[in-house]
Amino acid sequence: EVPKALLPVANRPVLSYVLEQLELSNIKDLIVVVEGADAALRVGGWISAAYVDRLHVEVATVPEDVGTAGALRAIAHHLTAKDVLVVSGDLVSDVPPGAVTAAHRRHDAVVTAMICSVPVSGLSEAGSSGAKDKTKKPGRYNIIGMDPTKQFLLHIATGAELEKDTRIRKSILRAVGQMDIRADLMDAHMYAFNRSVLQEVLDQKDKFQSLKQDVLPYLVRSQLKSEILINGAPQGQQAKENGNDKVSYRILANASTPSFHELYALGPNGSAPVRRTHKCCVYIASNSKYCVRLNSIQAFMDINRDVIGEANHLSGYNFSAQNNIIHPSAELGSKTTVGPHCMLGEGSQMGDKCSVKRSVIGRHCRIGSNVKVVNSVVMNHVTIGDGCSIQGSVICSNAQLQERVALKDCQVLSLSTSVFLSLSSNEYL
Amino acid sequence: MDSRRSSRAVIDPKVRQVGFFTSAPLPPDRTQSDPPDPIRSPPLADASSPGNSLSPVMIPPPRHPSDSLLRLPHSPSDAFPPPSPTTTTTSLGDFSDDVTAASSPPPAAARVRGRGSSVKQQGAASSFPGGGFEVPPSVKAPSSVPASGLTTVSVVKLPPGISENAGGSVSVEVQSDRALNSKPLKEKTSKAERRAIQEAQRAAKAAAKAEGIKTPAVTALANAKSAKSTKPSPQRNDSAVVVAASEKKGGDRSVEKDRKKDVPHPRMQYDDKSRVQKLKKRSVVKPTEARNRVELFRHLPQYEHGTQLPVLQSKFFQLDTLHPAVYKVGLQYLSGDICGGNARCIAMLQAFQEAIRDYSTPPAKTLSRDLTAKISSYVSFLIDCRPLSVSMGNAIRFLKSQIAKIPISLSESEAKATLHSDIERFINEKIILADRVIVKHAVTKIRDGDVLLTYGSSSAVEMILQHAHELGKQFRVVIVDSRPKHEGKLLLRRLVRKGLSCTYTHINAISYIMHEVTRVFLGASSVLSNGTVYSRVGTACVAMVAYGFHIPVLVCCEAYKFHERVQLDSICSNELGDPDSISKVPGREDINHLDGWDKSENLQLLNLIYDATPSDYVSLIITDYGMIPPTSVPVIVREYGRGQLWIYEECDPLASPGRCSDAVFFVDGLIFYPSQHLVLSFWFPDRPPSGLNNDLLERSDNFVTVAENGNFTNFEL
Repeated sequence: EVPKALLPVANRPVLSYVLEQLELSNIKDLIVVVEGADAALRVGGWISAAYVDRLHVEVATVPEDVGTAGALRAIAHHLTAKDVLVVSGDLVSDVPPGAVTAAHRRHDAVVTAMICSVPVSGLSEAGSSGAKDKTKKPGRYNIIGMDPTKQFLLHIATGAELEKDTRIRKSILRAVGQMDIRADLMDAHMYAFNRSVLQEVLDQKDKFQSLKQDVLPYLVRSQLKSEILINGAPQGQQAKENGNDKVSYRILANASTPSFHELYALGPNGSAPVRRTHKCCVYIASNSKYCVRLNSIQAFMDINRDVIGEANHLSGYNFSAQNNIIHPSAELGSKTTVGPHCMLGEGSQMGDKCSVKRSVIGRHCRIGSNVKVVNSVVMNHVTIGDGCSIQGSVICSNAQLQERVALKDCQVLSLSTSVFLSLSSNEYL
Repeated sequence: MDSRRSSRAVIDPKVRQVGFFTSAPLPPDRTQSDPPDPIRSPPLADASSPGNSLSPVMIPPPRHPSDSLLRLPHSPSDAFPPPSPTTTTTSLGDFSDDVTAASSPPPAAARVRGRGSSVKQQGAASSFPGGGFEVPPSVKAPSSVPASGLTTVSVVKLPPGISENAGGSVSVEVQSDRALNSKPLKEKTSKAERRAIQEAQRAAKAAAKAEGIKTPAVTALANAKSAKSTKPSPQRNDSAVVVAASEKKGGDRSVEKDRKKDVPHPRMQYDDKSRVQKLKKRSVVKPTEARNRVELFRHLPQYEHGTQLPVLQSKFFQLDTLHPAVYKVGLQYLSGDICGGNARCIAMLQAFQEAIRDYSTPPAKTLSRDLTAKISSYVSFLIDCRPLSVSMGNAIRFLKSQIAKIPISLSESEAKATLHSDIERFINEKIILADRVIVKHAVTKIRDGDVLLTYGSSSAVEMILQHAHELGKQFRVVIVDSRPKHEGKLLLRRLVRKGLSCTYTHINAISYIMHEVTRVFLGASSVLSNGTVYSRVGTACVAMVAYGFHIPVLVCCEAYKFHERVQLDSICSNELGDPDSISKVPGREDINHLDGWDKSENLQLLNLIYDATPSDYVSLIITDYGMIPPTSVPVIVREYGRGQLWIYEECDPLASPGRCSDAVFFVDGLIFYPSQHLVLSFWFPDRPPSGLNNDLLERSDNFVTVAENGNFTNFEL
């Protein structure tokens, strides 16, 4: 019921991580596109409350099921810049967006995608491994082909296509000579697009629904026989118009290290560029950076754990000496322990002899005595009865757990559900 | 050259001249015959006594040395025929007017950067908000999806500093209007900003101090060691402090202005720890110092390569003062995407052109001052990315002088248009046209059956070889290359594609291959005033071997790369490249024995970028002013170094007949504008300059003078 963008990660909506990252980069003018009017209202409301006076945010609403490409089509007329940055709202990352843009600018690329290594999910923890199988979705894994310098994107296939054969263009392979194919990287859904090209592609290909599955692979596929009227054509005209421009252009071109695109465009022994090409670049986030998308429940839990754990610089909170965050207004009963990597929201109350390990507990929760919370996310206004034991579970806002309930690897999704029974594992409610 | 030297002996012995000289083009008889003379005579000629007909200002235009070497000096009165009445009407004003009309003032809010955005689960896109958002959503959406309106949910009040960065664009004004409860200006300078200003001021003080020390270091002729040991005397320190204090009195200057002061001296000594620390503080790129540096080269900046790029990349949006075009060029320098003196210079100038186009003067500031400061901040950024080349330094100096020359009365758009066309002309005349002239000269030195050797990849040499090939000369090219950049490979590729017969070898084989070579053509990064050629490392080696084999070495260098500096070795001023690139051989994992050794204390890797070739080994320097011996470089530097950058003016007579009607065309491509005394230019239509073509004769409405075999004829129309 909560829009995904507002799902709390360490008691902050996930969207705030993106916005904060952008704000940090001094990007202050944003358009947020939300699917569905209802969700848009809530997202807009939250942003206006949280970011007034800090960011200049516009919210656009698009009908549901138009896909990412459709969303861009809808706001296309608002875009005026030469390049646009497209970020998925569920990205929790500390990779500076400037780096992606810089790589984009450096090569005058048509599109630059940020890719990051596939997060190493906490496999060692037995609790989460079971849930993982179930939540694994097709399309999460990509095959990404790059040139040896790791600057250009040569092939991208999402998991759905992976089950079939993977087709790689011979011409690309021939032009590059060598291709690195990686399966341990994934698309982080942060793209820098050349605006005019993006709009052209969106206009021409009406059926394109998703940036990731349609637009990006299309651009990558066609990079050596570009059908797009990008700078190539006008540049050529300019060069013809003025002899001097041509010379300076040639001096520049000769002095710069040519990418395989230019070499290919020149043809085997032709002198004038005969083939039109465009560049698709990648920016690979280094392993030291944190970069995860919140696209499954497993990822949700992982992110929650990481943000208060190893990637705690993202959360923006000050950690106490015990490496946890306990809001001053939270009340703890006697003999209650809150371990490291935990977070306790404001106004939460805990009874006696509770123990919380590696979990996030939201605001105004009431937790009875003798409750164990391990590896779990408890959202706001949750009531948990005495003697409960919660492991590896997500409990949504306003849920109520009666006494002595044991939850293991469960998701209590619906609001104001009352749970009486003990559940073994992997149950949805 | 000999003939020129002999002509020098004629010169009045009281005037000590270096290099070649010829008689002035303004002989007494001509001054008497021409009434409108004062306008035309060069200012220096006025200063000299009328009896002394030898003005050092004029250097004969470059000609084919073989046939026309003595033509002009011997018949100076004929060389510049009496201009027709219309000739005096030429005015630069007309020209600049044309330019203003042609390049309309750019839209104010056009500059945009990629802006980020975010979405719920979908893609989101964003753009520069300003113009875009104020425009009501168009009714016709570009696609099947209904266009969505935007709701402003959050508005930000921007401090004035940012509004300046946005180039005074509409959007910011709108936003600040929207911010109803805006606070008074003073409160808006945040703590961080105040601190930044304070820090910058401190840095400026340090820089002033450093400058006080540096001046003696420069005079201590090119001796790095002595300069290193020079301790600032207390006296100097005091004066430096006074300077700094007087600077401080300037009151609240912007951070940017401080940055300008902080531009590191091109020959800053990087082994002085305290100074390096201070430099680092204000540097944008934040380089990490390399550890094991070679003793002799500690005074040069050397950083860990590979650490700068990510840092710079991540700062993309923070560097608000920086124009994106400049940023891009800096990035390309840093990553090595662009190298080569000409290319770097062109790229930089074009970026500046773009930056100037999007520039708007902030209120209560004058364009010339503020723009100079802005350019300086760009330059210091570029230095952070990679040390400037001499060519870039000269181009920057030119640009700044042009900015300073702009009269205050000129409106902003006019001033910008003027600067734009100035830069355009610099590129055209000092680089492209100069290259054409060099090609024209150098081709005369290529005979059938020659074997030409070149080292690395020089744009001028490449043009020469291609042009000679187009002329149908039969020759062979030997391309000598070296690790780690292998620049020659690209040159080889291009030449082979054109159909030249080439040999490719590495510098190790130079002594072997030199046996069969008849001429050596080399490019240069700079030519210093003692004739030293400063060029890609390895050039000196090639030149010395050629000298040993008695093979002429011809250095092709545009005159704008000349520098008045004197340098005796390649130690005191040089650039250090990535040391890893010489220890690692790409594609040969099996011989990378030095992997991980860079941390070892007793291993020092040295990857020099440039070296200095002593003038002894250079037979001839081919520049746009002709072919000169290395000893004549000071003349070029003196006569054309500063202020007189507009020597050439290219003019396409067919494109702008009106403008050319008052010019005098010579057969060898020279164009003389009598009304603008010193302005000579070269006219290079694609056809061989053996005669004036009909088009030209028809379009110029007065007369054309044609010089043939020393005789000058007027063609009246």
